[in-house]
Amino acid sequence: MVQVNMESNLLGANELLARKNRNLFTDQGLLVVNLMSSPGSGKTTILEQTIDFLYGQLKMGVIEGDLYTDQDAQRIEKKGVQVIQINTEGACHLDAGMVGNAFGQLSSGNMDMIFIENVGNLVCPAEFDLGEDFRAVVISTTEGNDKPLKYPFIFRQAGVILLNKIDLLPYTDFSLDKFSDVLARLNPSAPIFMVSGRTGEGIEKWIQWLMGKVNSKKNLALR
Amino acid sequence: MNMVRESALQSNIKKVNKLKLVIGKLSMVMPDSLEFCFQALSQDEFFRDAVMEIEQREILIRCFKCKGQSALEDAYYYVCPGCGSNEVEIIQGRELYLDYYEGEEN
Repeated sequence: MVQVNMESNLLGANELLARKNRNLFTDQGLLVVNLMSSPGSGKTTILEQTIDFLYGQLKMGVIEGDLYTDQDAQRIEKKGVQVIQINTEGACHLDAGMVGNAFGQLSSGNMDMIFIENVGNLVCPAEFDLGEDFRAVVISTTEGNDKPLKYPFIFRQAGVILLNKIDLLPYTDFSLDKFSDVLARLNPSAPIFMVSGRTGEGIEKWIQWLMGKVNSKKNLALR
Repeated sequence: MNMVRESALQSNIKKVNKLKLVIGKLSMVMPDSLEFCFQALSQDEFFRDAVMEIEQREILIRCFKCKGQSALEDAYYYVCPGCGSNEVEIIQGRELYLDYYEGEEN
């Protein structure tokens, strides 16, 4: 009987590909955002608002992840943005290999940033580094303020948190106090933006913050 | 399992008896599910009757303020029990790796 030491990371293959993606993105000075949430939180609607707001100011590409259909990709394409659809056909998250392949199909030469819209799921996507600069986690008021406690890891890892459907706040039992209190203990460094994908409320502040990130990434590449 | 197969081929091992995995309590992996999958996939001669041992690691944080290390029972309050600061880093609990395997040589 022999014992063979491995100490091999089970997600090592993904991490290797994520590093490759990250190097590619950095070489081009591209800011890459991994947009995550549960299904129906409003990722696509926020993306549409963001594209509208930034139209003419910067060039953006989108990688859309869904189990099936290209409905979201069609919505984004209507906005005049290049979009590549990934259909995972059952898989509950995107991985770095899928994103690397999709990125190869984007004409990213003159782009400033890329949004990756992950599969709607607060669990598995959190484990998979895609090579992004940061993760933007969307949660909506109709889901309840307890979600960060129930899915702590994805909220802990978020670089920014968007609280969507803020226009519906008066019609829900969502407690902003409890929500902020939990996030202060879970992830004190992530800024929180309160937005409405439907009315456009709060989108401007989010965009200002995002533009800061786009510019610092560009400066990094020029250095 | 592919990693073990590849390694065993190089190490001249014909059959595997045991796999030892380390899984942190913060990883989004359920040991029960892994064991279930392992049982389903280990029906061939190479893995038959092999056992999978899983060591679960507690969540440990280190405080930037008081430099203290502490174990966390809940995965949702990243606050130093010593000084109450929320400026902490996770130093253990994210593990997901194959530690070693045991097998019989040719």
